Amino acid sequence: MTSVSHSPAVEPKPVFDWVLGLAVAAVVGFYVRAIYFTPIELQQGAAQKIYYLHLAGVIGAYLSITITALMSIVALWLHDQRADHLAEASAEVGLVFLTVVLTTGPIWGHKIWGAWWAWWEARLTLTLFLWFVIVAYLVLRGAIEDVAMRARYSAVLAMLGALLIPFIHLSVYLFAARLHPMPVVLKPSRPSLSSEMLTTLLLSLATFTFLCVALIRARYRLAVQRDLAAALDVDGGVA
Amino acid sequence: MNGHRPPGTLGAAWLLVRKDLAIEFRTRTAFLSALVFAVLALTIFYFTWDESVVSPNDRAPGVLWVVLTFSALLGLHRSFGLEEHDRGIDALLVSPISRESIYLGKAIGNLIFLSAIQVVAIPSLALFYNLPVGRPLFIVSGIVFLAMVGIVAVGTLFSAMAVNTRLAELLLPMLSLPFFVPVLMNAAQAGSRIFAGRPVAEVMPWLRILIAFDIVFVFACTLAFPFTLEE
Repeated sequence: MTSVSHSPAVEPKPVFDWVLGLAVAAVVGFYVRAIYFTPIELQQGAAQKIYYLHLAGVIGAYLSITITALMSIVALWLHDQRADHLAEASAEVGLVFLTVVLTTGPIWGHKIWGAWWAWWEARLTLTLFLWFVIVAYLVLRGAIEDVAMRARYSAVLAMLGALLIPFIHLSVYLFAARLHPMPVVLKPSRPSLSSEMLTTLLLSLATFTFLCVALIRARYRLAVQRDLAAALDVDGGVA
Repeated sequence: MNGHRPPGTLGAAWLLVRKDLAIEFRTRTAFLSALVFAVLALTIFYFTWDESVVSPNDRAPGVLWVVLTFSALLGLHRSFGLEEHDRGIDALLVSPISRESIYLGKAIGNLIFLSAIQVVAIPSLALFYNLPVGRPLFIVSGIVFLAMVGIVAVGTLFSAMAVNTRLAELLLPMLSLPFFVPVLMNAAQAGSRIFAGRPVAEVMPWLRILIAFDIVFVFACTLAFPFTLEE
């Protein structure tokens, strides 16, 4: 039996991600405020509180997707691997946030609109198709082993995906406007908020932007390490 | 000496179209299977609704778009799958033609392939669903063509990408279908109104989005295609 000895230089040491830890603590603090120290909305009742999670998802999702699109352009233009890693990291984080949006949206809709899904809600429908594009993006990345090819293919898909967004938005809007009247009484835009609710909402903006950045940072480091490990593997195999 | 000059972008694209069509004409495998699939799907979908609730006239447009989408995927996969045998793509890459003409040639070939299927599928739809043969059917055929341009534009690019991945044909629908959404949504909305006897002027908003999609994605995919080839 051969024993594998590690040199001290490659000895893996457990790393605690302080930024991510701080972001999670901020989220916990935020929810304590949102649940216990923010008044219950008069018309919607406790169901309105889901907004503090729904909106968080929206912030995280759109921030991540914007980073993916921008970094894809940089990756294709400058052939910079860091940009490709950042695009990958933010796409995966974006998928998580989009899933939060798509889960909380119907729960709120069921309570307030009386229907789980509303095809005439252009934003919800657009979010669903964005979710499909991001899933395709990540599956495409997973199906290519060559690093350079993976960067090129996924950047092309991300940029075409960005072009697709206005078309889906216009199509859903036209579909909705011609088929159903737009909601008038139960419109999805929020009624005016009390100052405490507004503070909570602004806090959610800050907290979840922070969480999103922390998650992307953690995922970016993972992507860098993974490619490093893969390169070491190949080198080891050759030697 | 003129005979040895390499052809221009469109000339080279047309050579490629002829090559692909010649292969298809001699083997007929992809065309026949896509055609049989289309007609088979038309007949099967007839039985998925209660005839006393939804009239064949109302369901025909929906069936048309489902069949178009999936027969398109069959044809699109074949497009670059063909070049994988004996690495035919390498021969294309070393030939003195631009990469844009490879894309355009493949896209035009796919458009002809799909149109040939629709030439049989649309009359079959009219036959099986008892649609009146007249002006609406011709206008819908025009809308089908507009939709096919958009579908082929993105589908050809994704076909080139998918063949180089581990998942190959499994990846093509996953990549393409989200991009088909605006095409199908607008084409289907316009088509069902035309079938219902509404005037063309009423469906212009949908057709405008459809035409804009075609223009934007034909350009974008032609520009993006060189990035999908090995450098």
